[in-house]
Amino acid sequence: MTDQAQLLPGTLDLLILRAVSLGPLHGYGVLLRIGQISGNALLIEQGALYPGLFRLVRQGLLKANWGTSENNRRAKFYELTAAGRKRLREETNNWNRLVTAIGSALGPQTEEV
Amino acid sequence: MKLLDSLRFRIATLFHRSRMNAEMEEELRAHVQHRADDLQRSGLPRPQAERRARIEFGGHVRYKEESREAAGGTLVESLIQDVRFALRMLRKSPGFAAVAVVTLAMAIGANAVVFGFMDALVLRSLNVPQPQSLYIIERGTDKDSSESYPDYLDLRDRNRSFDGLIAYNIDQAGLDTGKNLSRVWVYEVTGNYFDALGIQPYLGRLIHASDEHAPDIVLTYAYWHSHFQDDRSVMGRVLHLNSHPFTVIGVTPPGFRGTVLIFSPDFFVPIVNQQQLDSDNALNARGNRWIGEVLGHLKAGVTPAQAVADLNSIGSDLEKTYPKEDAQMSFSLERSGLPGGSFSSALQAFLGGLMLLAGLILLAACANLGSLFAARAADRSREVALRLALGAGRTRILRQLFTEALLISLIGGAAGLWGSVVLLRWLNVWQPFPQYPLNMPVNPDANVYGVALLLSLVSGLLFGAVPVKQVLRTDPYQIIKSGSVARVGRRITARDALLALQIAICAVLITSSMVAVRGLVRSLHSNFGFEPRNALLVDTDLNMAGYKADSAPAMQKRMIDAMVSISGVTSVGVVNIPPLQAACCSESNIFTDKTADLRPSNAATRVVMFSISPEYLQVSGTPLLAGRDLTWHDDKHAPRVAVVNRLFASRVFGSATNGLGGYYKVDDGTRIQVVGIVEDGKYSPNITEDPRPAMFLPILQSPSTETWLVVRSSANAQELASAIRTKLRDLDAGLPTFIQTWNQAMDGALFASRMAVAALGILGLMGAMLSITGIFGMAAYSVSKRKRELGIRMALGAQRKEVLQAALGRGFKLLAFGSAAGLLLGILASRVLASIVYQATPRDPLVLAGVVLAMTLLGLLATWIPAQRALSLDPLILLREE
Repeated sequence: MTDQAQLLPGTLDLLILRAVSLGPLHGYGVLLRIGQISGNALLIEQGALYPGLFRLVRQGLLKANWGTSENNRRAKFYELTAAGRKRLREETNNWNRLVTAIGSALGPQTEEV
Repeated sequence: MKLLDSLRFRIATLFHRSRMNAEMEEELRAHVQHRADDLQRSGLPRPQAERRARIEFGGHVRYKEESREAAGGTLVESLIQDVRFALRMLRKSPGFAAVAVVTLAMAIGANAVVFGFMDALVLRSLNVPQPQSLYIIERGTDKDSSESYPDYLDLRDRNRSFDGLIAYNIDQAGLDTGKNLSRVWVYEVTGNYFDALGIQPYLGRLIHASDEHAPDIVLTYAYWHSHFQDDRSVMGRVLHLNSHPFTVIGVTPPGFRGTVLIFSPDFFVPIVNQQQLDSDNALNARGNRWIGEVLGHLKAGVTPAQAVADLNSIGSDLEKTYPKEDAQMSFSLERSGLPGGSFSSALQAFLGGLMLLAGLILLAACANLGSLFAARAADRSREVALRLALGAGRTRILRQLFTEALLISLIGGAAGLWGSVVLLRWLNVWQPFPQYPLNMPVNPDANVYGVALLLSLVSGLLFGAVPVKQVLRTDPYQIIKSGSVARVGRRITARDALLALQIAICAVLITSSMVAVRGLVRSLHSNFGFEPRNALLVDTDLNMAGYKADSAPAMQKRMIDAMVSISGVTSVGVVNIPPLQAACCSESNIFTDKTADLRPSNAATRVVMFSISPEYLQVSGTPLLAGRDLTWHDDKHAPRVAVVNRLFASRVFGSATNGLGGYYKVDDGTRIQVVGIVEDGKYSPNITEDPRPAMFLPILQSPSTETWLVVRSSANAQELASAIRTKLRDLDAGLPTFIQTWNQAMDGALFASRMAVAALGILGLMGAMLSITGIFGMAAYSVSKRKRELGIRMALGAQRKEVLQAALGRGFKLLAFGSAAGLLLGILASRVLASIVYQATPRDPLVLAGVVLAMTLLGLLATWIPAQRALSLDPLILLREE
């Protein structure tokens, strides 16, 4: 548990979009998928997922439909809209640029200067 | 709640809210179930799995709340939740709710009423097109609005600043209705009056400049409606006013009632027909300033300052051309509506002062409720802590508290507004003086409603904001662990400051109302220079019955003889207008005997002038200081004589004693000898005015058709009145009469002070009630919070005195500080009062003592119950309980 990293503010939405981009998921499924694709390295309180989901639906990046889960329970499934797909692409690019910049700023060579 | 539920349902279905809510709930539950499924699969028994899943999920309420917010537009819904919760909380403490609502209802009601007056008399203008450019012309340093007709014509024709200057005079006339004479109020208007004001006829046509010489008459809508029952065939009918025929040509529109805000006339006649209404022709006399007001619309682009300069240049030219008649021809402009000059500015100052006091009341009420809310929030700290611990956001809790505050303030505001609307509607139709068509057009309009709503909201936010800091500081962990602890600090808390502020405000109110009441009491018992008790005033106008100035004195003599013959009447006198009446008094310039050039600027002084019958001085109870009374021998053939008052004598002759036997001149050059000197008195109906010189002329030497009989008798006023009426009908059946006691007749003069006293008295009472509830609330709260401490003190042997001091000492200290501050402020504020309430002075030991006594009594009254509660504490029970 202790080696899990806290999420940076604003990154949860990105993770949700990424998780859903691989196929429709219900809320708990999104959580599992994030755990899976991040190698369980991120600490997310489960309930915190939902405000994010609703926000993305409201922004038109996700759409939601009720269906039946693999556990045979009624659940709401989320999938990406076209706008959501576009946003995911942009945000991913942004994120990569940011990581590169921060990474090079904090890299060993600058420390030596 | 039924209503609210249905409302909620409707709004919910409107936004699909309740479905969304259910779905959200289901979705979150599904999540927990899925998680539990996984946990179960990993080997946990189902109940434990579900529990674990719930814990892992985190604050359910909080995430649901946040999700709802994220989904957008939950404001309405959470607002309804808040309102429902607030209503539930208020129902749980009905006493608190009632006190809060009543307090606010009174405070907001008071504000709405005062603002209603302000709105009607100061902010709202006349009901004519473009009232904002309509100005009254006032003359001289004392802002006199009267003009003579020739001067008016010069001003009208020579100015370049006004779009038509109009003039009018209000007069009373006798209307011959066939049976008896009824008194009507007439506007004598210039021919351009309606055209310049932009008034269109409701029926027929109005008076125009081209046909102003025709004896035409225009009815007001109200008179046509009430006396002619909306009869359209009245056009062309001939009415007899003061025995002269006038033809009805039109009716003015319903909203129009002349150019004085508080006065509603019956007729309009052309001013050039003035001679037919009055006994003398004043149209050509430049020195006779009988026209009530001259007013007009400023031309577009002309500033008031430019207009004044324009008028002043005409004025100085008139002064040069007519040195005998015209002086002080410098002008100023006043917004139209109220009778101008000192009255309107005093009224404005007074209304402003009242508004301030009412605002203070509201502030005090807010302080009061603020400390109640703070106390309540402290009591509810456990509940707040619990909600915080369950994951409620602090903003949501604060919003909840504000909802409660606003709910109370809106309910209170609505109640207050309702009360004030009822009061204003009543005042609107109230005619304080039966013989004058005066009323205050204070019908509440949108402005009043708006202000009441605004005040409710602002005060709700104000007192709702008091406990904010408390809530923000709440540490749920501490409170739930140890229970709410009353901190017994010596520190001055915000609540203390609020209470002191509130007490100070109340002390201001109490001080000013006491100053006002004392002033009124004194003015009622002050020396008017005459004795109004046990005297009847009979108001007649011989002119209305067709008498002219030269035939009037004989009739007046007969009237006096007829009155004297009534049994029980001790003495009777005649005066043209008694002092302190609305129309009082004629004025005249007088000159020393040596002055040869009788131009106004050389006048020795300006004096009030009465025409009286010989017995008048004695009948009215005006004390004769020296010399003799006037007699029936002072007639046309005898030398001109006068009785003057003390101030006249000392101003013209140097001292009262020098005056007797001395001569002075009036403006037509006549020499008059002073044969008697009387005590000074009050003359004009503005009783706060400075003493003025006066002269009393014999009615035979300066006749007047205006006739007021003063009948002194200790007999029953009503029987006497009917006897007088019979006698006068025997003399002349066509004589209009209005009989009242002299005390009643003085209502007009005392009206302003009485209204002021009533208003201040009510505000003072409110202040007192507010301070009682405030102190009571604080004392009761501090006793209940410190029960345990007091119990321990008592168990350790504290005496009653010490317990009381511990429980209430602080409250009394606050009371003392607050009262002292309020008293000082009140004394400062009372200076404004002196201009309205005659003889109001705050430097009055009785007022000071009264305020101190009142505040002490209030303190005792308010702390009585809490003190009893503190003393009746049983330490044993208390200590066992805790």
